[in-house]
Amino acid sequence: MRTVTYGQAISEALREEMRRDPAVFVLGEDMGVMGSVFGLTKGFLAEFGASRVIDTPISEAGFTAMAVGAALRGLRPVVEIMYVDFTPVCFDPIANQAAKMRYMTGGQAAVPLVLRAPGGAGRRNAGQHSQSLEALFTHIPGLKVIAPSTPADIKGLLKTAIRDDDPVVCIEHKLLYAAKGQIPDGEHLIPLGRADVKRPGRDVTLVAWSRQVGFALEAAGILAGEGIDAEVVDLRSLVPLDWDTLAASVRKTHRAVIVQEAVRRGGYGAELAAQIGEELFDSLDAPVKRIAGLNVVSPFSPALEDLTYPNPGTIAAGVRETLGRQP
Amino acid sequence: MNARPYGCEDLLRFYREMLRIRLFDLKAAELFAQGRMAGNIHTYVGQEAVAVGACQALEPGDLITATHRGHGHCLAKGGRADTMMAELFGKATGYCRGKGGSMHIADLGLGILGANGIVGAGIPIAAGSALASKIKGGREITLAFFGDGAANEGVFHEALNMAAAWRLPVIFLCENNRYGVSVSIDRVTNTADIADRAKGYGIPGVVVDGNDILAVCEAVAAAAGRARRGEGPTLLEAKTYRHRGHYEGDPQSYKPAAEIAAWKERDPLDRLKKTILAAHPDAAAALAGIAAAVEAEIAAAVRFAEDSPYPEPATVTSDVYAADNERSVAR
Amino acid sequence: MREITFSEATLEAMAEEMARDERVFVMGEDIARQGGIFGQFKGLPQQFGLDRVRDTPISETAIVGAGVGAALAGMRPVVDMHFADFITVCMDEVVNQMAKIRYMFGGQCTMPLVLRAPDGIIRSAAAQHSQSLEAWFVHVPGLKVVIPSNPADAKGLLKAAIRSDDPVLYFEHKALFPTKGPVPDGDHLTPIGKAAVVRPGRDLTVISYSMTMHRALEAAETLAGQGIDAEIIDLRTISPIDIDTIYASLAKTHRLLIVHEAVKAGGVGAEIAARVAEEAFDLLDAPIARIGAPFVPIPFSPALEKLVKTTAGDIVRAAQQLCR
Repeated sequence: MRTVTYGQAISEALREEMRRDPAVFVLGEDMGVMGSVFGLTKGFLAEFGASRVIDTPISEAGFTAMAVGAALRGLRPVVEIMYVDFTPVCFDPIANQAAKMRYMTGGQAAVPLVLRAPGGAGRRNAGQHSQSLEALFTHIPGLKVIAPSTPADIKGLLKTAIRDDDPVVCIEHKLLYAAKGQIPDGEHLIPLGRADVKRPGRDVTLVAWSRQVGFALEAAGILAGEGIDAEVVDLRSLVPLDWDTLAASVRKTHRAVIVQEAVRRGGYGAELAAQIGEELFDSLDAPVKRIAGLNVVSPFSPALEDLTYPNPGTIAAGVRETLGRQP
Repeated sequence: MNARPYGCEDLLRFYREMLRIRLFDLKAAELFAQGRMAGNIHTYVGQEAVAVGACQALEPGDLITATHRGHGHCLAKGGRADTMMAELFGKATGYCRGKGGSMHIADLGLGILGANGIVGAGIPIAAGSALASKIKGGREITLAFFGDGAANEGVFHEALNMAAAWRLPVIFLCENNRYGVSVSIDRVTNTADIADRAKGYGIPGVVVDGNDILAVCEAVAAAAGRARRGEGPTLLEAKTYRHRGHYEGDPQSYKPAAEIAAWKERDPLDRLKKTILAAHPDAAAALAGIAAAVEAEIAAAVRFAEDSPYPEPATVTSDVYAADNERSVAR
Repeated sequence: MREITFSEATLEAMAEEMARDERVFVMGEDIARQGGIFGQFKGLPQQFGLDRVRDTPISETAIVGAGVGAALAGMRPVVDMHFADFITVCMDEVVNQMAKIRYMFGGQCTMPLVLRAPDGIIRSAAAQHSQSLEAWFVHVPGLKVVIPSNPADAKGLLKAAIRSDDPVLYFEHKALFPTKGPVPDGDHLTPIGKAAVVRPGRDLTVISYSMTMHRALEAAETLAGQGIDAEIIDLRTISPIDIDTIYASLAKTHRLLIVHEAVKAGGVGAEIAARVAEEAFDLLDAPIARIGAPFVPIPFSPALEKLVKTTAGDIVRAAQQLCR
């Protein structure tokens, strides 16, 4: 095992897959000479050359659609959209082209494309650079969606996503890039659609993904001091969803609290809550609770922004409420 | 129309391919009007010289992206009439097993990277295919068919810019049929020629008579040579006209009658036929033979489509994903 | 009351609001010469001129962007999307511009823009012309989303949307355009954010909107014959959701079924189910049930398309299950 950052894990995954398979290439804004705005592809240009490490113009719709075209030809493009907030600019190639091509052609076409995009609030980046938009993608049949929370998970899942024959949207979090964690040596792959119980517990199931997994674990630590034993399920993949792991946890704890950074209304947490309510109604001792972002645009001011999304304190408070406990 | 560089066999082949499209779409329109197929169709009648002229100038390994008006593109690139007709009927034997229909015909094996229901969407996809060729080091090129309407979409400009900057082996072939649905091009653009836009990207922009198959063929051959030599893309604008409505049942009240009549005078099939007979007066029998053979092909295609079964209900959830389809669809 | 079509009702709304307020104008593809691909703009250019009823090129991104600019400059634009599926082309203008500008600018401006989006399954239009995409916009703060099911609401909601100082997405099901219904005379407005109980009942609550409302009403008749008395709520506005009307109904029925044509996973039904379970768990005697499309693109073949459409039979079966 080694300790690396989440950002380094992404670099490793990309580099290893590019070395392994000449069909893999990366494209996006500032990917080449600069090595990406977060430094994730530093050194790639020298190692792989300009035809596989492509600096694009600021033309998200154009180059994402070009990646669809290249994927149709058997290449495995990894597109970086600098911020997930910019995916609306290329929404047609994602939602109407990449996602539907296999089905519309009756299974003839494969679009083995990975679209990486960092999202998330907390950097005082305001309304157009702070969003968590995974719920837009999880409502589109044909896309797979992952949102890993640790260096080991992002490496293992990104490598698998690159080898997958379907388009995969990889939601990263800007404030995770510098986060450190243990990572196994050698070839490390994690299948899509497998959740990870990051902390076992008996009293309540905390369901989270991306940066909120860390907050959920911190909340679990706070709650442990109060005699509450929380299980933290890191979904890692949103589509496909590892329902078996999630359901097993809820059947054990009888309580589910879903934590998402995204805006509450219409978020992925709503779908999870609805499924749990539909299928595990008799296992539940309390309503499924969602702890989620406010239904607002992300504000700039630190004094405001910190109020808009969950943190360990608000998660712990939500769990107490679900268990009917006073702090 | 200058027939000199082409032999009689070439010209007859061109004619046959154009006639396949003409008769396929007229038959499809007739069947559609009888309520025998679902959805909607956009016929290619009047524009046959563009698709055939372009595809005759391509090599078998080259690729195309098509549009919602794509039956002609598919047939010209070597597509089967029966498989496409079956798709229009929504049958299991169709190109897309009934999942795509008229607007999403694709034959990846023939290099047809799909018709598209989103205006302009195929343009950057073609550029991406060309990028793949450049990365792979192949000699194949990609041609994007699109209409005058699509030239006003943002992705047209983004794709031309990148393809020009990176000298991608791609041809942008604008079929200017003068109308985006009901809106005439004159009312929504300020220039006479879309090909002028090539200047903005530093690539050749060429206007060609889209109802003259030989002119189209020569222009595409020149652009293909340029692309294959690594000199980058070309924007071709083929001036043409659709004889029928945007969709079947469109009364075309937005088109002046004189305009329709004038363009019908320039029908691409009639013109080629005249050219052939002028150069080869003894070709009349061959032309008649072609007509009979194509009629038989289309009739057989309709029979095939009608005799084919509808898709099994269970297939409605297949082919969403390549891997882990069942679970991905279930959750 | 007069009976007119859904399409005529939207046309009346447009004409009345354009006559009432000269800042209202409409632009989109094929609306002036052709009168809209569903005839929903017929006659407007003759009445208001081509400056206020504008045919645009096929440039969704720029049309909606221009609508945002015009709204900022004090106009009240209505932009027609042709097909709701094409919103993907101008998704940035919707999600990052019109939705957020008021908030980002600290409330300095309003954004009185209406985006009309004909959606839904009709006659095998396949994967890129059949979608119901409303759930995306429920997840975007700053937008209001309305989705009428009948001519009266089509008119009332469109007029209310045009008068709204916030951006409104107006989804209109393509197959509803020719359907007829009574529409009140005069200045008829339907408030945004207000659901309607269209059939009172005791045994379960069925929530729907747009096309599937009609399937729900058919199902209610069948269920009545089986002794199940369904209360039917037409949501009409899906953002913001009229939760009070839902709770008042559940206080009677204690059973909830949510029905829409859109893909079930991540649809509007998920949000309602999650919220009701969270806030009103004790009102429920049974799990909340949802009906929506399977997680697939809309297939072309009629043989397949019918399998992804919500039917009255689906609703009857789900209701029977809930009331068992």
